[in-house]
Order: sequence, then C-alpha cells, then structure tokens
Amino acid sequence: MTYSYFPGCTLKNKAKDLDFYARACAKALGFQLEEIPEWQCCGAVYPLASDEIATKLSSVRALKDAKAKGQDLVTVCSACHHVIKRVNDDMANVEEIRTKVNNYMSDEEPYNGETKVLHYLEVLRDVVGFDAIKEKVVNPLKGRKIGAYYGCMLLRPSVTMQFDDPENPSIIEDFIRAIGAEPVVYPMRNECCGGYISLKDKPMAANMVDQIMDSAAWKGAQELITACPLCMYNLRNNGTKEGLPVTYFTELLAEALGIKEEVQA
Amino acid sequence: MQRIGVFVCHCGTNIAGTVDVKRVVEAVKKEPGVVYAEDYQYMCSEAGQQKIADAVKNEHLTGIVICSCSPRMHEGTFRKAAEKAGLNPYLVEIANIREQCSWIHKDMEEGTEKAVILARAAIAKVMLNAPLQPGESRVVKRALVIGGGIAGIQTALDIADAGYEVDIVEKTPSIGGRMSQLDKTFPTLDCSSCILTPKMGEVNAHEKINIYTYSEVEKVSGFVGDFSVDIRKKARYVDMDKCTGCGLCQEKCPSRKTPNEFNRGLNTRPAIYTPFAQAVPNVPVIDTEACIKFKTGKCGVCSKVCAAGAIDYTQKDEIITREYGAIVVATGFDTINLDKFDEYYYNQSKDVITALELERLMNAAGPTGGNVVRLSNGEHPKNIVFIQCVGSRDVTCRGKSYCSKICCMYTAKQAMLLKDHYPDVDVHVFYIDVRTPGKNFDEFYRRAVEEYDVDYIKGQVGKVSEAENGRLLVQGVDLIDNRQIKMEADLVVLATAIEPNKDVRKIATMLTASIDNNNFLTEAHPKLRPVESPTAGIFLSGVCQGPKDIPETVAQAGAAAIKVVGLLAKDKLVTNPCTAQSNPLFCNGCSACEKVCPYGAISYEEQQVMDGGVRENRRVAVVNSALCQGCGACTVACPSGAMDLKGFSNRQILAEVDAICR
Repeated sequence: MTYSYFPGCTLKNKAKDLDFYARACAKALGFQLEEIPEWQCCGAVYPLASDEIATKLSSVRALKDAKAKGQDLVTVCSACHHVIKRVNDDMANVEEIRTKVNNYMSDEEPYNGETKVLHYLEVLRDVVGFDAIKEKVVNPLKGRKIGAYYGCMLLRPSVTMQFDDPENPSIIEDFIRAIGAEPVVYPMRNECCGGYISLKDKPMAANMVDQIMDSAAWKGAQELITACPLCMYNLRNNGTKEGLPVTYFTELLAEALGIKEEVQA
Repeated sequence: MQRIGVFVCHCGTNIAGTVDVKRVVEAVKKEPGVVYAEDYQYMCSEAGQQKIADAVKNEHLTGIVICSCSPRMHEGTFRKAAEKAGLNPYLVEIANIREQCSWIHKDMEEGTEKAVILARAAIAKVMLNAPLQPGESRVVKRALVIGGGIAGIQTALDIADAGYEVDIVEKTPSIGGRMSQLDKTFPTLDCSSCILTPKMGEVNAHEKINIYTYSEVEKVSGFVGDFSVDIRKKARYVDMDKCTGCGLCQEKCPSRKTPNEFNRGLNTRPAIYTPFAQAVPNVPVIDTEACIKFKTGKCGVCSKVCAAGAIDYTQKDEIITREYGAIVVATGFDTINLDKFDEYYYNQSKDVITALELERLMNAAGPTGGNVVRLSNGEHPKNIVFIQCVGSRDVTCRGKSYCSKICCMYTAKQAMLLKDHYPDVDVHVFYIDVRTPGKNFDEFYRRAVEEYDVDYIKGQVGKVSEAENGRLLVQGVDLIDNRQIKMEADLVVLATAIEPNKDVRKIATMLTASIDNNNFLTEAHPKLRPVESPTAGIFLSGVCQGPKDIPETVAQAGAAAIKVVGLLAKDKLVTNPCTAQSNPLFCNGCSACEKVCPYGAISYEEQQVMDGGVRENRRVAVVNSALCQGCGACTVACPSGAMDLKGFSNRQILAEVDAICR
C-alpha cells in the first residue's frame, strides 16, 4: 500500500525524529509513504478561520495531488493532520468555500474533498492492525509504563476528525499495548497542552503542563508519548518542575520494531 | 351547465400580505364555468360562511372553490357551510393559497400569480366533482391504553369513570411507570408512591378496567371506531389466579445477579421477581434469561417453595385479539444513553449518577434504604455537584435539541431534600438557565437558593475526572464571575435528557401515527388539538408527545380521556366517501392493488362481466369501502386504470394538472 505523505514544516526541522522514525517504521510494517512533491505549509492555524480562503490553498494542493495519484493522504503531525482534515471537510461540505477555492485555483477538474485523510496512527490501527504490529515487535517494551498524551488536535472536533472518542480515547493506549508496554490512563491526557498560549501567558502555559504531568505521574506513568510537535515542545519546556520524559510515538515504535539504531545511524 | 362560485380569503394579512386577492378574484371570474367570485377578510368566520351560503342560494351554484388555508384546517368548516346552504359538501374544493403560497413567498407578484394558478386548478377539479354520500361505521365501545404509567393510569381511570371499558397494556410486569421510581414530587414534596399507589389500586379494582401487564401490542388493524389489536401476553411462568403474592419465591431464588431494572441497575434482583413491593398486579414473573431452571433444567426452587402451586414452567406466550374504538398512546420516556458523554465520567465512576438513579438512592424502598451514599465506597458524600442539561438543549449530533423541561425542578427538589436530610452537605448546581414556569415553581426554586443555600453556578462543566484523593474533580466555568472552576466532589448528579421510550417507533408504525425527528408523537394540531394524533382514533397522553412533568401529564391524560369518551359516546361514525372503486370492465385481476393496500380493503371475486357484447366470468377487484381510507395507493398501482378514487378521480387530477400547465 502506498500513501501520499505530507510531513509538514516542523517535521523537516525541530521534529525530524518524528518524521524519519515514521518513514522507517512504515517500511518495516510494509507500507510506503510517498512524499508529496513541493508540498507547502499546511497553513497552521490560519486555514481554520471560516472566512479564510488563501491560506486553505496549500492544504488543498496537497489533497489534490493525492487525489490525482488515487492515494490516501497520510500525516503524522497532529496539527497538520487537523488542518488538512478540516480543510478537506470544508471542501466536501461547505459550498461557499469549495466554490471560492476552486475558482481561485481555476484548474480544470474541481476538487470536492474526495481524498481520504488519515493520521499515521489510523493507518496503524485500521490498515496494518495492532495485532499485526504486535507480531512484528522484536523488542517489546516490557515493563515500561507509558502515558498517552493526546492533546486536542487529533480528537476535536470529533464530528470532523472521526478519530476516536474525544473524551475517552483508546487508540494510543492500544498502540502502547501493541509495542509491549503498559498504557497508563490518566485524567488529563486529552487536555490542552497550552498550544500557542506560551507566547503570551507563560504562567498559564506552565499551569497547563504541570497539570498534565502531575496527573500522569500520579497514575504511575514513567514517560509520555505524543504525536504532536507543539505538544512536545510545551510539555518539555513549559513546566515548572522536572516532568516526565516525552518522546514521539514513532520513536518507540521504531525501538519496538528493533530498527531504532539502524535509523539513527 | 356548471355554475361555480369562487371565494378568496384574506386570512387577515396571512394571505393578503403576499397575494393580491382582488386580482385573484378578477382573474378567476374569467375562468369557464365561474359565475361568481368575491373576496373577504376571514372566510371561515360566521359572516364569511354566510356569504358562501347566500351565494349558493342566490346564484344557484353547482360547485364552489374556497381559496384559503390548508384543507386540513377548514375543509370541514366549508363543507358544513355548503351543506347548510343545500349543496352536497363534496362539491366544495379548497385551493390552498396560504401554506402552499402566501406563507412561502415574499414577492406579491409571484404569490398572486401562483394563487391564480392554484385557484384555476381547483376550479378545473370542482367542475368534475360528483356529489358523494358518506356512509356509516360502528364504534366499539372500548378503549385501549398503551402504557401503564401515570399517563396511562389517569387516562384509563377517566375513561372508565365515564362508563366505558378500558384495557391497559403494559410492557413491564407492573403498572406504575417512571412515577413509581420517584422519591418525592415537586413543588409540594409529597411522596410519589403515596399519591401513585392509590391510583394503581383504583385501576386494579375498577370493574371497567382490564390490565394486561407483561404484555405488548403486536399488531393493529382497522380504523377509528373499529380497531382490532393483537396483544402478546408474555409468559409469566406464574399463574396469576393461584399466586398469593407472598414473595417467598423471590426470597429463595438462588439466581440473584441480574441488574435490577427498577433500581436502574444500582443493585440486583432474583430471576423471579416483581419490580417493586407495591407492584400491581402483585404477581412475579420469571426472567428466563436469568433463571437456572430455564438455563440448565435444574433448580425449581420457586416451584418447591410455592405453597399455592402457582409456578408453571410450561406457560407459553399467548396472543389475544381485542377490538377497540379508540387507542391512547401513553408510552412515556427513558433517559438517554450517556456513552457519548464521557466528559462526565459516568461510565467510568460509580460516583457519577443520573438524577433518576439519585431518586432510587433517596427512596426509602431503594437499594440503600434511602441513604444517599457514594456507590464506590458506601461513604456519605459531603460535596455534591449537579450538572444540568446533560444532553438537553444540545444541538450536536450526540444530544437532544429540546429542553427536557423537568430537570430544573427536580434538581431543585433533590438539592433541597439532600440539604434537609444531611445538613452538612454542600450542593452546587451548574446550569445554563434555570427554567421554572409552572404554578409555584419559581417560588420552589427560590427556596432552594435562599433558604437552603444551594450554590447555583451559571456555566457548564467541561470535565469530570478522578482526583488524587479518590474524590471526583469537576472542572467547569462560572460565566457570571468569568472564572474557571475546579472543585472536588464526592457525588456528581447528571440531569440527563429524557427521550421517548424506545418502543414508540414500532408502536407508531403499527398505528400509522406520525412521529417527529426526536421520536415524539406528533399532535393533530400543536395548539388546538394537542392530545390527538393526526391519525383518527389515536390519542396521546404524557411524555410520548413531548417532555412534561406530573401535573401536566395528568392534565393531558384527562384531556385525552375526554376525547376518547367523546368518540366512544357516538353510536355511529360518518365515514369518508372518498374511497376507491374498481371498474370491473377494465380490471384484469392482476392483484397489484391488493398488494399495495395498507388497510386490507381490497379482495377479489369472480364476477360476470359484459364486455363488448360478450358475457364472461372474470376475477376482479372489489373494494370494501368500510375499510378503505382513500389513500389512493391502489389507483397509482393499477396498470389498467380500473381503480379510481371517488372525489380524487384520475380525470380530476389530470384536469388540475392541465389547468396548471395552461
């Protein structure tokens, strides 16, 4: 199976490890990620404004490219996934946006939200299957107590994201089980990390991170995993005390599949 | 030679605001056959009807067209007016220029043009109308009430007290419904059971009332005045005549692990059980899915201990067929499923409960003997948080857009009772709005705030989760103080939205009674006919029609009863003469009409037919006009054009189409 792959800017920069572990694991698990040529920034938060058109275009270009190839589009970064999925939903369901965008792009074939947008975790769950992953794990992370940190972007708005139960998700816990570790469910796993508030209100950002870290530690987690570079940044940098270590889920997947050293080399 | 009169109604500004009625009058005057046309402000008024009557007499009209509101509104009124003036009532046609024209158009030009076209179509049709004579049908002097809660009980009592027989069909083993689960009632705080059980006893003892508990309506046929209903009496495995209600079987039953439905699953019950101590009838049933005897063949303890010899494992479901003149739906409600509301932690914590579960905890006959405790550890809660509008007024796909109406009041009630029983508790209520319309309702709520010091917080709760000390952590917002709230609680009570009983769809389908998007049964008119279904002979009582509290339910139950009595008091009903008839000359006996008829009104018989001078025997369709409801399905299905509907013949419909396309 080959997917169109949209890495996103952060994955070429601060979050390089999220990207290259994802590619290596895909290969090990038997699916191809074909990077979309000349992709552009997903637009970050701007495309989410309902009256924005221009900033939606880069997402639409990536979606069109995947459509032309007849492939589903896969992302790893929570934020890119969120933006592209919601733009795609607008293209499928909001006539005004669809018309304006298509008029602006003035391509022969209009884009109407045909491309299926998948997060890497959804591919693991729904295409590869966690049971199949379990079988390919050569280095089960036995005895490690891992808390899943979901954040907001993957889960909400649930009607559009269709990812998991927004209030009581289970996909990352199932993933943790598949790589042989013990998932730790803690109340604050789907609370906001603070997002961009750390630029404006440091104490509030700190408070939010502390709350997440305290909750996870109380429930016995020894480490956290996430899919989001921004969550990662906030969790690592904004707390007032030494928090739990945070890694990308793809890194642990690579470790469990026994290809981490190989990738690092 | 037809002489048609046309009467155009202004309906105040309802029609005249968007339709130039004077121009309509001028336009229709030019139509062939029209000899008279006029407009008037309110055609349906006494004066308007007089105008029609005068014109019929003075102009010797042979047919009339009223351009007004929907025929559902006033067709009857105008037919009566015509009849009084000596014209056959079926020579009246309505052109609906209100609902189908003025109300949906904004532009006077367009509205007027369309009104003229609609009038023209009605004129073309009335030219072909034939005088029809309605027939008569019988009225079975017995009513069926589906559902044995307070709505069904009150309706049954009121009908029976008027002297008519009533059957109550109740799905569960006892009548009593939701009200029997409640502890106290607002705004008077009298005990729910104390006011309900006498009524249950009264129903049970009433010589005109027959109760079928543990029974379900299986099939309904017939029509207003003459329904035939199949009722499935589920096997109780206990002989109702022999059982003395001693309760020994329930005490000794070794299978005790089934969640107790009456206590909302807060404790368990035996496999042989009555839902509650005051059950009517006081005869248990055996739940075969839980019963060891039924599952393994071994046990039989209940049979051994029963001194009356009432246990009968061989009993079978029984289907009885009864006839009724009227049917009342009183199927009540349930609380919505909370699986999609995980932010409230209901499925994760025993200390998050619904308000109905709290009723059971507060009730002296409930699973904790009336002690309100945390179900996780049995401890007395100190801080209690109520959350309003859980799933109500929620326009997302998981919730209900409507207000459940009863929650504000029962929350105030529960909060006060808790403060009364346990003066040391703190009670907080998160709300969107507090809605207390009703006699003595707002005073009741003010008491909670002012006398009982219940802390009302305007704002919603975003998350309930576990706190580190084993309590619950409630995160919410106070919109008046504009601050976030984090508060620990021992017990969280959810004012869960109510929805119609799950079975109502099935029942509505059997009755051909319409339901809305939320599965509430639809009234014949939202203001003027609130207790009748649009389907004749079907009446609505209680929450099956919309959220209501007990006083409102009882009032509606009585209203439904008087409507039923009004129907049953008649000896004969006038039947609609607009029924189908088949022309034996055209009928080829294909059975297409019989297959589509929803009322079973079409049968086939051998008839001698004289066709083109040849006499032969043919199998042809015959319509039973007493059963036919005039839906017209057969006329559409008939491939040879033999089937036609009186008052809506194919010729008439095509004449209308022609007039519109002209």
